[in-house]
Amino acid sequence: MPCGSYNDDRGGGKMSRRVALEASHAVAEAVRMADVDVIAAYPITPQTHIPERLAEMVANGDLNAAYIPVESEHSALSTCLGAAAVGARTFTATAGQGLELMHEVVYVASSMRYPVVMAVCNRALSAPLSVWGDHSDAMAVRDTGWIQIFCQNGQEAFDLTLWAFRVGEDPKVLVPVMVHIDGFTLSHVTEPVVLPEQSEVDRFLPGFQYPFALNPDKPMTHGAFGPPEIYSETKLAQEVAFRNSKEVILQGWKEFGDIFGRYYHPVEEYKTKNAEILLLTMGAFTETAKIVIDNRRDKGEAIGLISVRLWRPFPFEEFRRVVKGAQLLIVFDRAISLGLGGPVFSEVRSALYDEEPRPKVVGIIGGLGGRDMSEENFDYVINRGKEIAEKGSDRILETVGIR
Amino acid sequence: MADELTWKDMEVDNIITKAGNASVRKTGDWRTERPILDKEKCVKCALCWIYCPDAAIKPGEEGYYEADLYYCKGCGICASICPAGAITMIEEEEK
Repeated sequence: MPCGSYNDDRGGGKMSRRVALEASHAVAEAVRMADVDVIAAYPITPQTHIPERLAEMVANGDLNAAYIPVESEHSALSTCLGAAAVGARTFTATAGQGLELMHEVVYVASSMRYPVVMAVCNRALSAPLSVWGDHSDAMAVRDTGWIQIFCQNGQEAFDLTLWAFRVGEDPKVLVPVMVHIDGFTLSHVTEPVVLPEQSEVDRFLPGFQYPFALNPDKPMTHGAFGPPEIYSETKLAQEVAFRNSKEVILQGWKEFGDIFGRYYHPVEEYKTKNAEILLLTMGAFTETAKIVIDNRRDKGEAIGLISVRLWRPFPFEEFRRVVKGAQLLIVFDRAISLGLGGPVFSEVRSALYDEEPRPKVVGIIGGLGGRDMSEENFDYVINRGKEIAEKGSDRILETVGIR
Repeated sequence: MADELTWKDMEVDNIITKAGNASVRKTGDWRTERPILDKEKCVKCALCWIYCPDAAIKPGEEGYYEADLYYCKGCGICASICPAGAITMIEEEEK
């Protein structure tokens, strides 16, 4: 690949380098090292820095890829689908309203089994218009059949983007992957990131060999019409294949850890040993919540934190295992399913319904539309969570940091 | 038979790797009208066979061309093109 020189001015040498990188640029760096073939993206805050950096890499000759500027997010993903259909490694990125505009194509990508990788810099959905972060865009696409993972920091943004290509493109999987990165609170934060050697990346990530690439010499049908006789069978086949992707997901994380030294899990645990109370968070605020867990552990409280890394396919087995033994699970949601409550809360509570014994599960919503979550806010979440578990709640919605 | 395929028969969801697969998919079930051939009038010219957009008309016994209702969508092009007026379209409900 002709693009190995990029960033050499930041350290050079033959070993992995620890550099200061904005998380968005870390994602772009992972895409470059994955030697992607086609990028189609439409700029939208807070995702802009990813395609901007990629466009720069292509223009400078550091990445030998087709960078296709398109007129909308709908076209961005459609373009990636067309490219994936002939066997190209493809990448796009979006956020909030952009993800909503491409919504129908999001389903098409997974149902047609095109392993596009997409970074989503999570952003609140209008109205009111907000460019700031929460998880409402992610929750709006939770049923779309993409493998979905949440990142907590810049290193994870890099690692999991690289991993996304490895897993999605596996011939046993062939499912697109969404890498969720919190808008601004992660996407725009500069952090130390360890960048591997290209040779290590090449060892982890083989070239994309799409077994169903369109080819005039071997005609086949993609995206056939599905009359009532066959639609249901097709969807069941998709669901079974999607659930089975878990095996490669885990294998991909093991291979990643063995090469790069960082191991990832479907449900990440933090100080969960003998924990009676567990706080559940997803995304970048998890790191703030960990400080609160540290402080409480120092004072002798039996409390720990879990974070759902793999949001889809939902890791029922691992989730039930890490929750086992806890008396109370407090779920922090960064989105409202209007008329229902916290989407993560309702899912994890349902996942535990058949478990015996199971912890009490309470949900609290906050961090909407870019509202910050401080240590004090997480302290409130835990205190209020305990209170609800004891006395119940008479509120329509339990929230934090909302006046 | 298409309506006996189960989810396990799906290759990779709806990717179909064999070309010419329409012959194994029942695709005519949403037809509302079907063609009826009057063999008294048919001159075996095969225009219906040539014009059928779905290759649903096939040469049969005695040289007549008849629609395979497994695939026929009931578009009526055969009836329209027939120079002998041997094909009429009737409602599915009609016997």
